[in-house]
Amino acid sequence: MREVAVIGVGMSKWGELWHQPLRDLACEAVLKALAQTKVDKVESIHVGCMTGGLFAGQEHLASVVADYLGFAGVPASRSESACASGGVAFKAAYAEVAAGICDVALVVGMEKMTDVGGDEATYALGTAADQEYECYNGATFPGLYGMMAVRHMHEFGTTRRQLSQVAVKNHANGLLNPEAQYHAKITFDEVESSALVADPLRLLDCSPITDGAAALVLCPLSTASKLGKKAGVKVLGLGHATDTIALHSRKDLCRLAAVETAAARAYKMAGVGPKDISLAEVHDCFTIAEIMVTEALGFAELGEGGKLVASGATAMGGRIPVNTSGGLKSKGHPVGATGVAQLVELVTQLRGEAGARQVKKPRVGLAQNMGGTGGSSIVSILGVA
Amino acid sequence: MQPQRYWREIPQRYRLEAGRCKRCGKVFMPVRGICDSCRSTEFEPVRLADRGKVHTYTAIRVPPAGFVAQTPYVLAVVELEDGVRLTMQVADCGPDEVRVGLPVRVEFRKINEVGKSGVICYGYKAVPA
Repeated sequence: MREVAVIGVGMSKWGELWHQPLRDLACEAVLKALAQTKVDKVESIHVGCMTGGLFAGQEHLASVVADYLGFAGVPASRSESACASGGVAFKAAYAEVAAGICDVALVVGMEKMTDVGGDEATYALGTAADQEYECYNGATFPGLYGMMAVRHMHEFGTTRRQLSQVAVKNHANGLLNPEAQYHAKITFDEVESSALVADPLRLLDCSPITDGAAALVLCPLSTASKLGKKAGVKVLGLGHATDTIALHSRKDLCRLAAVETAAARAYKMAGVGPKDISLAEVHDCFTIAEIMVTEALGFAELGEGGKLVASGATAMGGRIPVNTSGGLKSKGHPVGATGVAQLVELVTQLRGEAGARQVKKPRVGLAQNMGGTGGSSIVSILGVA
Repeated sequence: MQPQRYWREIPQRYRLEAGRCKRCGKVFMPVRGICDSCRSTEFEPVRLADRGKVHTYTAIRVPPAGFVAQTPYVLAVVELEDGVRLTMQVADCGPDEVRVGLPVRVEFRKINEVGKSGVICYGYKAVPA
Protein backbone atom coordinates (compact mmCIF):
# COMPACT_ATOMS: atom_id res chain seq x y z
CA MET A 1 0.00 0.00 0.00
CA ARG A 2 1.23 3.48 -0.91
CA GLU A 3 0.99 6.40 1.51
CA VAL A 4 -1.64 8.91 0.34
CA ALA A 5 -1.60 12.71 0.48
CA VAL A 6 -4.36 15.32 0.18
CA ILE A 7 -2.97 18.08 -2.05
CA GLY A 8 -6.05 20.14 -2.81
CA VAL A 9 -9.23 21.07 -0.94
CA GLY A 10 -12.17 23.27 -1.90
CA MET A 11 -15.69 24.18 -0.93
CA SER A 12 -18.51 25.79 -2.89
CA LYS A 13 -20.52 28.47 -1.18
CA TRP A 14 -22.85 26.80 1.35
CA GLY A 15 -26.39 27.93 2.07
CA GLU A 16 -29.76 28.28 0.41
CA LEU A 17 -28.56 28.60 -3.16
CA TRP A 18 -31.64 28.66 -5.35
CA HIS A 19 -29.71 30.07 -8.31
CA GLN A 20 -27.26 27.18 -8.48
CA PRO A 21 -27.96 23.61 -9.63
CA LEU A 22 -26.28 20.65 -7.95
CA ARG A 23 -23.78 20.17 -10.77
CA ASP A 24 -22.57 23.78 -10.51
CA LEU A 25 -21.94 23.41 -6.78
CA ALA A 26 -19.75 20.39 -7.50
CA CYS A 27 -17.77 22.25 -10.15
CA GLU A 28 -17.25 25.28 -7.90
CA ALA A 29 -15.75 23.10 -5.15
CA VAL A 30 -13.59 21.08 -7.55
CA LEU A 31 -12.16 24.13 -9.32
CA LYS A 32 -11.02 25.53 -5.96
CA ALA A 33 -9.45 22.22 -4.98
CA LEU A 34 -7.65 21.82 -8.31
CA ALA A 35 -6.38 25.42 -8.12
CA GLN A 36 -4.34 24.39 -5.06
CA THR A 37 -2.50 21.80 -7.18
CA LYS A 38 -0.62 21.53 -10.47
CA VAL A 39 -3.04 18.82 -11.59
CA ASP A 40 -5.05 19.53 -14.73
CA LYS A 41 -6.53 16.07 -15.27
CA VAL A 42 -7.69 13.48 -12.75
CA GLU A 43 -7.67 9.72 -13.29
CA SER A 44 -10.65 8.82 -11.12
CA ILE A 45 -13.66 10.58 -9.55
CA HIS A 46 -15.55 9.53 -6.42
CA VAL A 47 -18.81 11.28 -5.66
CA GLY A 48 -20.49 11.20 -2.25
CA CYS A 49 -24.18 12.09 -2.32
CA MET A 50 -26.97 10.76 -0.16
CA THR A 51 -30.02 11.18 -2.33
CA GLY A 52 -29.74 13.41 -5.36
CA GLY A 53 -32.81 11.59 -6.63
CA LEU A 54 -35.12 12.66 -3.82
CA PHE A 55 -33.65 16.12 -3.30
CA ALA A 56 -32.84 17.19 -6.86
CA GLY A 57 -34.46 14.57 -9.10
CA GLN A 58 -31.07 13.50 -10.43
CA GLU A 59 -29.24 10.21 -10.01
CA HIS A 60 -26.29 8.89 -12.04
CA LEU A 61 -24.39 11.74 -10.42
CA ALA A 62 -20.92 10.35 -11.01
CA SER A 63 -21.39 10.84 -14.75
CA VAL A 64 -23.06 14.23 -14.28
CA VAL A 65 -20.04 15.42 -12.31
CA ALA A 66 -17.47 13.97 -14.72
CA ASP A 67 -19.32 15.53 -17.66
CA TYR A 68 -19.68 19.01 -16.17
CA LEU A 69 -16.06 19.06 -14.99
CA GLY A 70 -15.09 18.47 -18.61
CA PHE A 71 -13.71 15.09 -17.62
CA ALA A 72 -16.14 12.83 -19.52
CA GLY A 73 -14.25 9.63 -20.14
CA VAL A 74 -12.72 9.51 -16.66
CA PRO A 75 -14.05 6.63 -14.50
CA ALA A 76 -16.43 7.95 -11.87
CA SER A 77 -18.62 6.33 -9.25
CA ARG A 78 -20.81 7.36 -6.36
CA SER A 79 -20.84 6.23 -2.75
CA GLU A 80 -23.99 6.31 -0.65
CA SER A 81 -24.12 5.81 3.07
CA ALA A 82 -26.72 8.42 4.03
CA CYS A 83 -25.01 11.37 5.78
CA ALA A 84 -21.72 9.44 5.73
CA SER A 85 -21.69 9.32 1.91
CA GLY A 86 -18.91 11.90 1.67
CA GLY A 87 -16.63 10.07 4.07
CA VAL A 88 -17.21 6.80 2.26
CA ALA A 89 -16.42 8.41 -1.12
CA PHE A 90 -13.14 9.59 0.41
CA LYS A 91 -12.40 6.04 1.52
CA ALA A 92 -13.02 4.71 -2.00
CA ALA A 93 -10.65 7.27 -3.50
CA TYR A 94 -8.06 6.65 -0.80
CA ALA A 95 -8.15 2.91 -1.47
CA GLU A 96 -7.61 3.40 -5.22
CA VAL A 97 -4.62 5.66 -4.73
CA ALA A 98 -3.13 3.50 -1.97
CA ALA A 99 -3.53 0.37 -4.07
CA GLY A 100 -1.96 1.92 -7.15
CA ILE A 101 -5.12 1.74 -9.25
CA CYS A 102 -4.78 5.44 -10.01
CA ASP A 103 -2.31 8.25 -9.33
CA VAL A 104 -4.64 11.25 -9.01
CA ALA A 105 -8.15 10.89 -7.60
CA LEU A 106 -10.86 13.45 -7.01
CA VAL A 107 -13.43 13.26 -4.20
CA VAL A 108 -16.60 15.35 -4.49
CA GLY A 109 -19.24 15.45 -1.76
CA MET A 110 -22.48 17.23 -2.61
CA GLU A 111 -26.14 17.71 -1.82
CA LYS A 112 -28.82 20.11 -3.03
CA MET A 113 -31.49 20.16 -0.32
CA THR A 114 -33.50 23.38 -0.78
CA ASP A 115 -35.21 22.54 -4.08
CA VAL A 116 -37.81 20.66 -2.03
CA GLY A 117 -40.19 21.70 0.74
CA GLY A 118 -40.13 20.67 4.39
CA ASP A 119 -42.25 17.50 4.02
CA GLU A 120 -40.16 16.23 1.14
CA ALA A 121 -36.89 17.01 2.95
CA THR A 122 -38.13 15.19 6.06
CA TYR A 123 -39.08 12.22 3.90
CA ALA A 124 -35.76 12.18 2.03
CA LEU A 125 -33.73 12.34 5.26
CA GLY A 126 -36.00 9.72 6.83
CA THR A 127 -34.90 7.20 4.23
CA ALA A 128 -31.66 6.95 6.25
CA ALA A 129 -33.65 5.46 9.15
CA ASP A 130 -35.68 2.25 9.12
CA GLN A 131 -38.56 3.27 6.84
CA GLU A 132 -40.72 0.29 7.70
CA TYR A 133 -40.30 0.07 11.47
CA GLU A 134 -39.36 3.61 12.55
CA CYS A 135 -40.75 6.11 10.02
CA TYR A 136 -43.97 4.12 9.49
CA ASN A 137 -44.81 4.88 13.11
CA GLY A 138 -44.11 8.59 12.77
CA ALA A 139 -40.40 8.79 13.59
CA THR A 140 -38.31 11.69 12.28
CA PHE A 141 -34.56 12.23 12.65
CA PRO A 142 -34.93 14.84 15.38
CA GLY A 143 -37.27 12.33 17.05
CA LEU A 144 -34.76 9.50 16.92
CA TYR A 145 -31.94 11.68 18.26
CA GLY A 146 -34.38 13.09 20.80
CA MET A 147 -34.92 9.55 22.09
CA MET A 148 -31.15 9.05 22.29
CA ALA A 149 -30.92 12.29 24.27
CA VAL A 150 -33.67 11.29 26.71
CA ARG A 151 -31.95 7.96 27.38
CA HIS A 152 -28.53 9.63 27.77
CA MET A 153 -30.00 12.14 30.21
CA HIS A 154 -31.75 9.32 32.09
CA GLU A 155 -28.67 7.11 32.43
CA PHE A 156 -25.92 9.67 32.91
CA GLY A 157 -27.59 12.86 34.06
CA THR A 158 -26.66 14.75 30.91
CA THR A 159 -28.33 18.16 31.14
CA ARG A 160 -30.28 20.52 28.92
CA ARG A 161 -27.52 23.09 29.49
CA GLN A 162 -24.85 20.67 28.23
CA LEU A 163 -26.80 20.14 24.99
CA SER A 164 -27.03 23.90 24.60
CA GLN A 165 -23.30 24.23 25.16
CA VAL A 166 -22.62 22.25 21.96
CA ALA A 167 -24.75 24.63 19.89
CA VAL A 168 -23.32 27.76 21.52
CA LYS A 169 -19.73 26.52 21.03
CA ASN A 170 -20.18 25.48 17.40
CA HIS A 171 -21.89 28.73 16.45
CA ALA A 172 -19.06 30.65 18.15
CA ASN A 173 -16.61 28.70 15.97
CA GLY A 174 -18.70 29.21 12.84
CA LEU A 175 -18.55 32.93 13.40
CA LEU A 176 -14.81 32.64 12.64
CA ASN A 177 -15.36 30.59 9.47
CA PRO A 178 -16.15 32.71 6.38
CA GLU A 179 -17.51 29.57 4.65
CA ALA A 180 -20.13 28.79 7.31
CA GLN A 181 -23.83 28.98 6.40
CA TYR A 182 -24.87 30.67 9.65
CA HIS A 183 -22.74 33.49 11.00
CA ALA A 184 -24.60 34.08 14.19
CA LYS A 185 -23.50 34.03 17.78
CA ILE A 186 -26.20 32.30 19.78
CA THR A 187 -26.82 32.32 23.52
CA PHE A 188 -27.98 29.65 25.96
CA ASP A 189 -31.28 31.49 26.30
CA GLU A 190 -31.82 31.50 22.56
CA VAL A 191 -31.16 27.76 22.29
CA GLU A 192 -33.39 26.95 25.24
CA SER A 193 -36.26 29.15 24.10
CA SER A 194 -36.17 28.07 20.46
CA ALA A 195 -39.12 25.98 19.24
CA LEU A 196 -39.34 22.37 20.37
CA VAL A 197 -38.87 20.02 17.42
CA ALA A 198 -38.73 16.64 19.18
CA ASP A 199 -38.32 16.70 22.95
CA PRO A 200 -35.86 17.53 24.35
CA LEU A 201 -34.39 18.81 21.08
CA ARG A 202 -35.19 22.34 19.99
CA LEU A 203 -34.65 24.08 16.68
CA LEU A 204 -31.18 25.29 17.73
CA ASP A 205 -30.16 21.73 18.68
CA CYS A 206 -30.56 20.73 15.02
CA SER A 207 -28.23 21.16 12.06
CA PRO A 208 -29.77 23.03 9.11
CA ILE A 209 -30.83 22.15 5.56
CA THR A 210 -28.06 23.24 3.19
CA ASP A 211 -27.01 23.28 -0.45
CA GLY A 212 -23.30 22.76 -0.93
CA ALA A 213 -20.35 20.77 -2.18
CA ALA A 214 -16.78 20.05 -1.10
CA ALA A 215 -13.84 18.50 -2.93
CA LEU A 216 -10.44 16.91 -2.31
CA VAL A 217 -7.56 15.95 -4.61
CA LEU A 218 -5.58 12.86 -3.58
CA CYS A 219 -2.29 11.46 -4.87
CA PRO A 220 0.49 9.21 -3.57
CA LEU A 221 2.63 10.93 -0.93
CA SER A 222 5.66 10.27 -3.16
CA THR A 223 4.33 12.66 -5.84
CA ALA A 224 2.68 15.18 -3.48
CA SER A 225 5.48 17.73 -3.62
CA LYS A 226 5.55 17.56 -7.43
CA LEU A 227 1.76 17.78 -7.93
CA GLY A 228 0.90 20.00 -4.97
CA LYS A 229 1.57 23.67 -4.27
CA LYS A 230 1.10 23.65 -0.51
CA ALA A 231 2.41 21.95 2.62
CA GLY A 232 1.73 18.24 2.53
CA VAL A 233 -1.01 16.56 4.52
CA LYS A 234 -1.17 12.78 4.55
CA VAL A 235 -3.72 10.17 5.48
CA LEU A 236 -2.61 8.39 8.65
CA GLY A 237 -5.56 6.15 9.30
CA LEU A 238 -9.07 5.30 8.28
CA GLY A 239 -11.76 3.15 9.89
CA HIS A 240 -15.26 2.33 8.73
CA ALA A 241 -18.04 0.35 10.42
CA THR A 242 -21.78 -0.27 10.43
CA ASP A 243 -24.48 -0.87 13.04
CA THR A 244 -28.16 -1.84 13.04
CA ILE A 245 -30.38 0.35 10.86
CA ALA A 246 -33.07 0.77 13.55
CA LEU A 247 -32.16 2.50 16.78
CA HIS A 248 -34.41 0.13 18.78
CA SER A 249 -32.36 -2.91 17.65
CA ARG A 250 -29.29 -1.71 19.60
CA LYS A 251 -28.39 -3.28 22.89
CA ASP A 252 -27.35 0.11 24.27
CA LEU A 253 -29.04 3.26 22.93
CA CYS A 254 -26.40 5.44 24.58
CA ARG A 255 -23.50 3.98 22.60
CA LEU A 256 -22.57 4.53 18.97
CA ALA A 257 -20.99 1.15 18.23
CA ALA A 258 -20.20 2.00 14.59
CA VAL A 259 -18.27 5.09 15.72
CA GLU A 260 -16.42 3.14 18.42
CA THR A 261 -15.40 0.42 15.94
CA ALA A 262 -14.47 2.83 13.15
CA ALA A 263 -12.39 4.88 15.62
CA ALA A 264 -10.59 1.81 16.97
CA ARG A 265 -9.68 0.79 13.40
CA ALA A 266 -8.52 4.30 12.46
CA TYR A 267 -6.44 4.76 15.64
CA LYS A 268 -4.79 1.36 15.10
CA MET A 269 -3.93 2.09 11.47
CA ALA A 270 -2.57 5.53 12.34
CA GLY A 271 -0.70 4.29 15.41
CA VAL A 272 -2.21 7.07 17.54
CA GLY A 273 -4.78 7.36 20.32
CA PRO A 274 -7.36 9.94 21.40
CA LYS A 275 -4.74 11.88 23.37
CA ASP A 276 -2.67 12.46 20.21
CA ILE A 277 -5.46 14.26 18.34
CA SER A 278 -4.91 18.03 17.93
CA LEU A 279 -8.44 18.77 16.69
CA ALA A 280 -11.53 16.89 15.55
CA GLU A 281 -14.40 17.52 13.18
CA VAL A 282 -17.34 15.40 14.33
CA HIS A 283 -20.86 14.72 13.09
CA ASP A 284 -22.97 17.10 15.22
CA CYS A 285 -26.19 16.66 13.24
CA PHE A 286 -27.88 17.25 16.62
CA THR A 287 -26.27 18.54 19.81
CA ILE A 288 -26.66 15.15 21.53
CA ALA A 289 -24.75 13.56 18.65
CA GLU A 290 -21.58 15.54 19.40
CA ILE A 291 -21.79 14.53 23.05
CA MET A 292 -22.16 10.84 22.21
CA VAL A 293 -19.53 10.93 19.46
CA THR A 294 -16.88 12.48 21.71
CA GLU A 295 -17.46 9.54 24.06
CA ALA A 296 -17.25 7.00 21.23
CA LEU A 297 -13.99 8.56 20.01
CA GLY A 298 -12.47 8.23 23.48
CA PHE A 299 -12.23 11.96 24.22
CA ALA A 300 -14.42 11.28 27.27
CA GLU A 301 -15.59 8.20 29.15
CA LEU A 302 -19.04 6.80 28.37
CA GLY A 303 -21.61 9.17 29.88
CA GLU A 304 -19.09 12.00 30.38
CA GLY A 305 -19.54 13.72 27.00
CA GLY A 306 -21.84 16.36 28.45
CA LYS A 307 -19.32 17.23 31.12
CA LEU A 308 -16.56 17.33 28.50
CA VAL A 309 -18.27 20.06 26.47
CA ALA A 310 -19.32 21.92 29.63
CA SER A 311 -15.68 21.96 30.82
CA GLY A 312 -14.61 23.90 27.73
CA ALA A 313 -12.15 21.17 26.71
CA THR A 314 -13.69 20.96 23.23
CA ALA A 315 -13.93 24.73 22.69
CA MET A 316 -11.39 26.72 20.72
CA GLY A 317 -8.22 26.82 22.83
CA GLY A 318 -9.33 23.79 24.85
CA ARG A 319 -7.53 20.47 25.23
CA ILE A 320 -9.16 18.98 22.11
CA PRO A 321 -11.00 21.56 19.98
CA VAL A 322 -14.05 19.94 18.34
CA ASN A 323 -15.73 21.36 15.24
CA THR A 324 -13.50 24.39 14.71
CA SER A 325 -15.28 24.88 11.36
CA GLY A 326 -18.57 25.47 13.16
CA GLY A 327 -19.59 21.87 12.64
CA LEU A 328 -22.72 20.75 10.87
CA LYS A 329 -24.61 23.00 13.25
CA SER A 330 -23.22 26.33 12.03
CA LYS A 331 -21.25 25.54 8.87
CA GLY A 332 -24.26 23.70 7.42
CA HIS A 333 -25.10 20.10 6.57
CA PRO A 334 -25.54 19.34 2.86
CA VAL A 335 -25.60 15.68 3.82
CA GLY A 336 -23.46 14.10 1.08
CA ALA A 337 -20.90 16.94 1.26
CA THR A 338 -20.43 16.92 5.03
CA GLY A 339 -17.87 14.11 5.30
CA VAL A 340 -15.71 15.73 2.62
CA ALA A 341 -16.01 19.21 4.14
CA GLN A 342 -14.81 17.86 7.50
CA LEU A 343 -11.59 16.79 5.75
CA VAL A 344 -11.33 20.21 4.05
CA GLU A 345 -11.29 21.76 7.54
CA LEU A 346 -8.64 19.32 8.81
CA VAL A 347 -6.35 20.00 5.84
CA THR A 348 -6.84 23.77 6.21
CA GLN A 349 -5.97 23.56 9.91
CA LEU A 350 -2.99 21.22 9.42
CA ARG A 351 -1.58 23.60 6.81
CA GLY A 352 -1.96 26.49 9.26
CA GLU A 353 -4.34 28.35 6.93
CA ALA A 354 -7.44 28.52 9.14
CA GLY A 355 -7.09 32.23 9.94
CA ALA A 356 -9.05 33.44 12.96
CA ARG A 357 -10.01 29.90 13.99
CA GLN A 358 -6.51 28.40 13.58
CA VAL A 359 -5.60 25.80 16.21
CA LYS A 360 -2.04 26.30 17.47
CA LYS A 361 0.39 24.02 15.60
CA PRO A 362 -1.84 21.01 15.03
CA ARG A 363 -0.10 17.76 14.07
CA VAL A 364 -2.94 15.25 13.83
CA GLY A 365 -6.59 15.83 12.95
CA LEU A 366 -9.55 13.46 13.13
CA ALA A 367 -12.81 13.54 11.17
CA GLN A 368 -15.85 11.48 12.12
CA ASN A 369 -18.75 11.20 9.69
CA MET A 370 -21.95 9.29 10.47
CA GLY A 371 -25.01 7.97 8.64
CA GLY A 372 -28.52 7.82 10.11
CA THR A 373 -28.66 7.29 13.85
CA GLY A 374 -25.18 5.74 13.66
CA GLY A 375 -25.99 2.90 11.26
CA SER A 376 -22.70 3.74 9.59
CA SER A 377 -19.64 5.75 10.49
CA ILE A 378 -16.26 6.53 9.04
CA VAL A 379 -13.32 7.95 10.99
CA SER A 380 -10.34 9.44 9.13
CA ILE A 381 -7.10 10.65 10.67
CA LEU A 382 -4.85 13.09 8.82
CA GLY A 383 -1.41 14.35 9.77
CA VAL A 384 1.24 16.83 8.75
CA ALA A 385 3.39 15.05 6.14
CA MET B 1 -47.66 3.33 1.17
CA GLN B 2 -47.77 0.88 -1.70
CA PRO B 3 -50.53 -1.75 -1.28
CA GLN B 4 -48.16 -4.67 -1.89
CA ARG B 5 -45.77 -3.54 0.83
CA TYR B 6 -48.58 -2.84 3.23
CA TRP B 7 -50.13 -6.24 2.52
CA ARG B 8 -46.95 -8.23 3.12
CA GLU B 9 -46.34 -6.50 6.46
CA ILE B 10 -49.80 -7.30 7.83
CA PRO B 11 -48.65 -10.23 10.06
CA GLN B 12 -46.22 -8.11 12.05
CA ARG B 13 -48.33 -4.94 12.09
CA TYR B 14 -51.69 -6.57 12.93
CA ARG B 15 -50.62 -9.51 15.09
CA LEU B 16 -47.18 -8.51 16.46
CA GLU B 17 -45.84 -11.59 14.71
CA ALA B 18 -42.06 -11.96 15.02
CA GLY B 19 -39.60 -14.76 14.21
CA ARG B 20 -37.70 -16.84 16.75
CA CYS B 21 -34.40 -18.43 15.72
CA LYS B 22 -34.87 -22.20 15.96
CA ARG B 23 -31.25 -22.73 17.00
CA CYS B 24 -30.46 -20.01 19.58
CA GLY B 25 -33.92 -18.64 20.41
CA LYS B 26 -33.22 -14.97 19.58
CA VAL B 27 -36.38 -13.14 18.54
CA PHE B 28 -36.47 -10.74 15.58
CA MET B 29 -39.19 -8.27 14.72
CA PRO B 30 -39.78 -8.47 11.81
CA VAL B 31 -38.63 -12.00 11.04
CA ARG B 32 -35.29 -12.16 9.22
CA GLY B 33 -33.52 -14.58 6.93
CA ILE B 34 -30.34 -14.89 8.99
CA CYS B 35 -29.83 -14.86 12.75
CA ASP B 36 -27.13 -12.32 13.69
CA SER B 37 -26.19 -14.32 16.77
CA CYS B 38 -25.75 -17.87 15.41
CA ARG B 39 -26.15 -17.48 11.61
CA SER B 40 -29.03 -19.95 11.53
CA THR B 41 -31.55 -19.48 8.72
CA GLU B 42 -34.46 -21.29 10.38
CA PHE B 43 -37.12 -19.34 12.26
CA GLU B 44 -40.52 -20.06 13.72
CA PRO B 45 -43.31 -17.50 14.10
CA VAL B 46 -43.87 -16.18 17.59
CA ARG B 47 -46.28 -13.59 18.93
CA LEU B 48 -44.60 -10.82 20.89
CA ALA B 49 -45.65 -9.86 24.41
CA ASP B 50 -48.22 -7.06 24.41
CA ARG B 51 -47.01 -5.53 27.66
CA GLY B 52 -43.83 -3.65 28.29
CA LYS B 53 -42.37 -0.34 29.40
CA VAL B 54 -41.04 2.83 27.83
CA HIS B 55 -37.27 2.57 27.35
CA THR B 56 -36.94 6.07 25.93
CA TYR B 57 -39.27 8.59 24.30
CA THR B 58 -39.72 11.91 22.55
CA ALA B 59 -42.64 14.12 21.59
CA ILE B 60 -42.79 14.88 17.88
CA ARG B 61 -43.71 18.55 17.39
CA VAL B 62 -42.65 18.84 13.73
CA PRO B 63 -44.26 15.83 12.07
CA PRO B 64 -43.65 14.10 8.76
CA ALA B 65 -46.42 14.23 6.13
CA GLY B 66 -49.38 12.13 7.17
CA PHE B 67 -49.01 12.79 10.90
CA VAL B 68 -49.98 16.45 11.10
CA ALA B 69 -53.43 15.84 12.61
CA GLN B 70 -51.96 13.90 15.55
CA THR B 71 -49.21 16.40 16.41
CA PRO B 72 -47.82 16.62 19.02
CA TYR B 73 -47.55 12.89 19.64
CA VAL B 74 -45.38 10.76 21.88
CA LEU B 75 -43.00 8.35 20.17
CA ALA B 76 -41.09 5.77 22.18
CA VAL B 77 -38.81 2.79 22.08
CA VAL B 78 -40.84 0.28 24.05
CA GLU B 79 -39.20 -2.74 25.66
CA LEU B 80 -41.70 -5.60 25.66
CA GLU B 81 -41.78 -8.17 28.46
CA ASP B 82 -40.00 -10.71 26.23
CA GLY B 83 -37.08 -8.29 25.82
CA VAL B 84 -37.81 -7.18 22.24
CA ARG B 85 -37.67 -3.43 21.65
CA LEU B 86 -39.78 -1.60 19.07
CA THR B 87 -40.40 1.99 18.03
CA MET B 88 -44.05 2.98 18.40
CA GLN B 89 -46.30 5.83 19.37
CA VAL B 90 -47.66 6.05 22.89
CA ALA B 91 -51.31 6.98 22.36
CA ASP B 92 -53.70 8.43 24.95
CA CYS B 93 -50.65 10.00 26.61
CA GLY B 94 -49.54 13.62 26.51
CA PRO B 95 -45.92 14.76 26.17
CA ASP B 96 -45.94 15.68 29.87
CA GLU B 97 -47.30 12.30 31.00
CA VAL B 98 -44.68 10.00 29.48
CA ARG B 99 -41.51 8.93 31.36
CA VAL B 100 -38.79 6.29 31.11
CA GLY B 101 -40.16 3.11 32.71
CA LEU B 102 -43.85 3.93 32.09
CA PRO B 103 -45.75 0.59 31.90
CA VAL B 104 -47.59 0.22 28.60
CA ARG B 105 -49.86 -2.18 26.76
CA VAL B 106 -49.63 -2.63 22.97
CA GLU B 107 -52.84 -2.15 21.00
CA PHE B 108 -53.96 -2.45 17.38
CA ARG B 109 -54.52 1.10 16.19
CA LYS B 110 -54.85 3.32 13.16
CA ILE B 111 -51.47 4.84 12.28
CA ASN B 112 -52.55 7.36 9.63
CA GLU B 113 -54.18 7.91 6.25
CA VAL B 114 -52.04 8.16 3.19
CA GLY B 115 -52.47 9.28 -0.38
CA LYS B 116 -55.23 11.29 -2.02
CA SER B 117 -57.76 8.50 -1.47
CA GLY B 118 -57.00 8.36 2.24
CA VAL B 119 -56.02 4.68 2.48
CA ILE B 120 -55.92 3.84 6.18
CA CYS B 121 -52.74 2.27 7.57
CA TYR B 122 -52.99 0.23 10.77
CA GLY B 123 -50.36 -1.01 13.16
CA TYR B 124 -49.37 -1.17 16.80
CA LYS B 125 -49.30 1.63 19.35
CA ALA B 126 -48.64 1.58 23.06
CA VAL B 127 -51.06 3.01 25.61
CA PRO B 128 -50.37 3.57 29.31
CA ALA B 129 -51.18 0.29 31.10
